[in-house]
Amino acid sequence: MLRLEKRRQPSRVWAWATPLVAVLATVIFGGLLFAALGKDPVTAIRTIFYDPLLGEHAFYYRPQLLVKAAPLVLIAIGLSLGFRAGIWNIGAEGQYIIGALTGAGCALAFYPLEAVWLFPLMILCGALGGFIWAMIPALLKVKFGTNEILVSLMLVYVAEQLLASMSLGLLKNPQGFGFPGSRNLQQYESAHNAEIIAGTGMHWGVATAFIMVILAYVLLNRHMLGFHIRLTGEAPRAAKFAGVVPARLIIFCLGASGALAGLAGMFEVSGPAGQVSIDFNVGYGFTAIIVAFLGRLHPVGILLAGLLMALTYIGGEIAQSGLGLPAAAIQVFQGMLLFFLLAVDVMTNYRIRIGGGPKA
Amino acid sequence: MKMNKRTFLAGTAAAMALSAGGMARAASHGEKLKVGFVYVGPVGDGGWTYEHDQGRKAVEAEFGDMVETTYVENVPEGPDAERVMTQMALGGAKLIFTTSFGYMDQTINVAKKFPDVKFEHATGYKTAENVGTYSARFYEGRAVQGTIAGHMTQSNKIGYIGSYPIPEVIRGINSAYIHAKKVNPDVEFKIVWAFTWFDPAKEADAAKVLIEQGCDVVLQHTDSTAPQAAAEAAGNVYTFGQASDMAEFAPKPRISSIIDNWAPYYIEQTRAVMEGTWKSEMTWDGIGAGMVGIGEITDAVPAEVKAEALALKDAIASGEYHPFTGPLKKQDGSDWLAEGETADDGTLAGMNFYVEGLEGEIPQ
Repeated sequence: MLRLEKRRQPSRVWAWATPLVAVLATVIFGGLLFAALGKDPVTAIRTIFYDPLLGEHAFYYRPQLLVKAAPLVLIAIGLSLGFRAGIWNIGAEGQYIIGALTGAGCALAFYPLEAVWLFPLMILCGALGGFIWAMIPALLKVKFGTNEILVSLMLVYVAEQLLASMSLGLLKNPQGFGFPGSRNLQQYESAHNAEIIAGTGMHWGVATAFIMVILAYVLLNRHMLGFHIRLTGEAPRAAKFAGVVPARLIIFCLGASGALAGLAGMFEVSGPAGQVSIDFNVGYGFTAIIVAFLGRLHPVGILLAGLLMALTYIGGEIAQSGLGLPAAAIQVFQGMLLFFLLAVDVMTNYRIRIGGGPKA
Repeated sequence: MKMNKRTFLAGTAAAMALSAGGMARAASHGEKLKVGFVYVGPVGDGGWTYEHDQGRKAVEAEFGDMVETTYVENVPEGPDAERVMTQMALGGAKLIFTTSFGYMDQTINVAKKFPDVKFEHATGYKTAENVGTYSARFYEGRAVQGTIAGHMTQSNKIGYIGSYPIPEVIRGINSAYIHAKKVNPDVEFKIVWAFTWFDPAKEADAAKVLIEQGCDVVLQHTDSTAPQAAAEAAGNVYTFGQASDMAEFAPKPRISSIIDNWAPYYIEQTRAVMEGTWKSEMTWDGIGAGMVGIGEITDAVPAEVKAEALALKDAIASGEYHPFTGPLKKQDGSDWLAEGETADDGTLAGMNFYVEGLEGEIPQ
């Protein structure tokens, strides 16, 4: 009989091997899936994993990987802080929307003024917007003991309504012939989150995401606050004795993740998206939850997980138009990757034993 | 760095220009014209995207080995759309149909980078040297629908599931209302905004809300068949197929439909690109040109109502009757069209007001 036995120490070998084994399993089973759909599995896998990185048009796709991964990484880094401490912010999508609204709103309030301070001010407004939206579940939890999972999630739908209302009303482009959607910030130089070096995909959001990965690493490994966060998640009673004030930690974790999600929204609306529109949010806030866990709540892991997710999105699109694979097959393929990662991940903390094992 | 990438793109574009120049000739030598389609929903939505995909298949059937079509479905209206279009152009597509309003700015952006690729954007208002737009006068079909709905309702309450409050949708509501009111002065419209083109769960909820409020006819401007299913479950509720015939719900609840027929347009534009005669134009065709079709009116509709609806359809098709003919007033009571006057295309294109009698406000 197969049986799982908990390891005393998480296995280092498996921690490294997991992603490789998972990718390998995905390639094998994904290939079978594609073959069952009547496509050449080798071509399909190469299109998804190889073409965006090293294929003929990789000069276009490599920058796009950064553009697609940046918001995921930025949001996931913020979420991972809370997740480590057992504080569950599920509403990053809402904070992302509000950050975009406050950031773009700030820019549009000054339109058509051109000034160097405008973009920094927008960054501030975006972060503040996300922070304030996250403060609602944070304060309700601290004051009244409400469940932050429910409150933050419900606020996503509120934010979506607000987004629709802004696209149709206050922020609507006065020269847009009555169509919903704001002015395009890509055409407003002071507010445009342009590429820092053209053609690299490296806009300020990407740069910020990299900086946040480093800051989060330092915070978690070298700082008392980071120690408290880890301690609260791993040993809540010990944390209490160590003098951790839960209320402060809740405010910090929700506030930080809200601010980062807000920043992601602001960088997206002023750069790749360009305008506030009803359909502005495409689920980065939810996908980032997957990215955070895929990256094992570790800053560097999150960076890699974000890039991997971006790769499957972009490679998946190429496979759709190039090979005629249906979108659903690509989603199944992405799902497989996550499934295998989490499944194989069990090996890090457990070992498989055959037989009855020692009696307790 | 900047220059390198730019020139690389320009180089690619130049190479494409060279090949495009000899296209008409090349095509006969067996070089295929690649045509790309960007879809907002899944091809199996049974509505909007389904009909665009029927158009794509018609292009393949028409030109056989001379074309190669590709498509990407479920593309969100934002940066992702821009990437998908770029990727199609890099992949060698010479003609790309972008089939949702929300792809407008992205289409313009990508078109700038690929001056030798032709783009056709559905339902937008921005054009460029290599970007044309096309849309259908769905409001003509709505007039026929409104006529049938006005006769069929017993409760005098007609539900309407709006997608987004953009002119195209508002035109449809106004047109349906005007014609329902004409045949039934007591009729009342209840409008729910779903803020989506395709979301079966939300659409079903919207339909249920309307039915609970006493609506016994439900019109929809969203793409899935979920409202049809909700009406079927409720019993005595009538619906109309939207974008596609949705004939699987006939003869009841679905009693007729508006069918988008993009095939002739897609074939015509593909041929124009092959022959090098493509020009950027703003096309807006209706029942007359065959872009808007009225699906079979089922036996659930009394014969005289059916005859009246078909007569209206013919009058619109021949150009004898315009669905927006005065006297008409705006919702606030101000005059819009005088007796016998018809609306001009400019006003219709940007329509952002309800006509007199409709209740509620357009979301702002």
